[in-house]
Amino acid sequence: MRFNPYKQGRLAVAAALLAASPALLAAGTGNIYVSSEDDDIVTVFDGESLEKVDTIEVSERPRWLAFSPDHKKLYVACGDEDSIDVIDVAEGKVTDRLTDIDDPEIFAIGPDGKHLFISNEDDAQFSIYDIAGKKAVTKIDVGQEPEGVLVTPDGKTAYVTSEVANMVHVVNLDSHEIEANIVVGNRPRRFALSEDGNTLWVTNELSGSVSLIDTQTNEVSDTIEFNPKGFRPEDVTPVGIKLSDDGSHAYVTLGRANHVAFVNVKSHEVEDYVLVGDRAWGIAQSRDGKQLYVTNGLSDDMSIVDIAQRKTLRSIAAGRVPHSVVIDTAAE
Amino acid sequence: MAASLRRGALLCLLAGAAALVQPGIATAQQDLEAFDFGYIGWNDDPRYSEARIEREYQGEPWGRPIDGARVAIDEARFPGIAAGVKFGLNEQLVANTREVLETVRRMRDAGTRFILLDLPAGTVSRVAEEFAGDDLTLFNVAAHDDRLRGAHCQANLLHTIPSDAMRNDALAQYLVSRQWDDVLLLVGPERADKVVAKSFQRSAKRFGLKIVGTRDFVLGNNPRERDRNNPKLLTSGVDYDAVYIADTQSEFARNANFAIQKPRPVVGSAGLVAQAWHWAWVRHGARQLNNRLEKKADRHMTGYDWAAWVAVKSIVEAVQRTESTDYAKLAAYVRGDEINLDGFKGYRMGFRDWDGQLRQPMLLGTGNWVVARAPLDGFLHPDNYLDTLGFDPRESACRLANEKKGS
Repeated sequence: MRFNPYKQGRLAVAAALLAASPALLAAGTGNIYVSSEDDDIVTVFDGESLEKVDTIEVSERPRWLAFSPDHKKLYVACGDEDSIDVIDVAEGKVTDRLTDIDDPEIFAIGPDGKHLFISNEDDAQFSIYDIAGKKAVTKIDVGQEPEGVLVTPDGKTAYVTSEVANMVHVVNLDSHEIEANIVVGNRPRRFALSEDGNTLWVTNELSGSVSLIDTQTNEVSDTIEFNPKGFRPEDVTPVGIKLSDDGSHAYVTLGRANHVAFVNVKSHEVEDYVLVGDRAWGIAQSRDGKQLYVTNGLSDDMSIVDIAQRKTLRSIAAGRVPHSVVIDTAAE
Repeated sequence: MAASLRRGALLCLLAGAAALVQPGIATAQQDLEAFDFGYIGWNDDPRYSEARIEREYQGEPWGRPIDGARVAIDEARFPGIAAGVKFGLNEQLVANTREVLETVRRMRDAGTRFILLDLPAGTVSRVAEEFAGDDLTLFNVAAHDDRLRGAHCQANLLHTIPSDAMRNDALAQYLVSRQWDDVLLLVGPERADKVVAKSFQRSAKRFGLKIVGTRDFVLGNNPRERDRNNPKLLTSGVDYDAVYIADTQSEFARNANFAIQKPRPVVGSAGLVAQAWHWAWVRHGARQLNNRLEKKADRHMTGYDWAAWVAVKSIVEAVQRTESTDYAKLAAYVRGDEINLDGFKGYRMGFRDWDGQLRQPMLLGTGNWVVARAPLDGFLHPDNYLDTLGFDPRESACRLANEKKGS
């Protein structure tokens, strides 16, 4: 049993540890953080050398990772312990826990850093959580198995997928009501939003495709299918998606098809499939924009993909069942 | 024919919800069209007696499958809203076949087009025959009998529960893959036991197993019959790699596991059992489905619940994708190639157009774990690996496809 001070129940939970440092925007260390579902840790890799520099123990079944806007905190959804752990980035350890959050899987942080927007997988709910007050302020019924959550930069709208209802819910964050339900492909998972906010991309795990949604009309404007050679259609399970920093491409991890697809944003053409590891889900782009990091849940590693060459340079061990990967870039 | 009901605008707020819980999308402006599924079973069904349910026999129902249908109806709420529809379930428990036919007639006349049947094979066959040619699709969610997919197939009948052939093919694949080729077959006194045994004999031949002996058993402790009721005696005097027990009453098979003469696995009605679903299956998002059924029915989920669940789901998917409630469109879509049914078993499923059987992976389970999923690696088929389980077009005794071609 790994030592976890919170399980022992003795360590007082630290209150806000902010404000110890001056209010300078963090430059970002460039470090890479990877959650490991089965090891209950977050591993930290140096962004240049890719050497492991730290291992941070967290609560059970860590999955989604997201930085606070000032990059001083890293939030970790710990599904089996019904909590979201708060890692102090400078200290490199968990300094707070947001508890009583039912089975959190994925969450977004509002642009003001004050609220978490969480999909509660087992309860078919989307909840809005007040970080300072440590409580949920609203819970909204959605279709079963909500997963992906994306909050627009202006903080006015949240998009939530329901895997069972095959739809994207559009939630008005002022009224806390669902404004629209957009039917997409089968088992929609996760999102990416174009820089101009006009196109919302969503992966359809069981349709082997992504749907593109026009956010002005809330209608599906296109569907792009993936057909890497040598895979049965039901093994092409797109999950993760990242729009490149220069906006030219969408990178989509294809789950059990063990590849990352490179999609041309303008033409909607699938230009390439790059082989990564087993059950590729998580994805992030390096600070210098030259590499992709892809977590492979069933080969316990992370692939380092060279974007220009469109090939995997190497894979590094990343804990058992690595889930999410995020990079400590500059604060927003 | 009665006009279909039109409900007034409403989406109920959840009862008992805290002030925190908000209603879903405002449907006050929307009329939701009622879309009811029918569900028919026996009101006095011995399979659901408390005594039997308590024992949780492997491969048997642990409660009425309607619980699975209810989970699917819950899941259909948001797809329904998006389609302008409110899905519902009309459960009718009846006493005999005559009442079944009356109930189907009433449902049909009230506008119900899709009816789930939790009934024995003979009754299912009778119903399908009676209403052949009507705008009705019947879902068999409980009867395994191969003849329903074969000589007694009907165009209006779809099967979501696997056939005996599929269960036995799955087991046979596992035995072959382990090189446990020599099998001793024990058969119970019920007619249904002999039907299952015959089905296993077919699977054994199909996959190259050798049945080294066939022996009849009876349940009991009478010492005068010990050569037929004692598991040790029944399994002595011959060598084998595994013992297949055909026991639709379940009790003898359950007791025989670990009680036979040799240290060999028991398969069939106990031990390693082939099922449509297992509560301990955790892959492909299964945990969430199992959680939903457990919340709904306060018990573990079985293959029968799954069969009822997927029947409802298939039509909800058809409504969502055709954006229609027109019977002809739905009936065609659900039987077609386009449908993408996720049963949480890792394969895309659809209904076989030659006999109406839902092709699906089979789970080979013990009491609390799934040992393997069939089709196993290495068992190939030119069109679809799932068609290594059950009857493929060449083997099928169903003549519907021919009739279609002829007309």
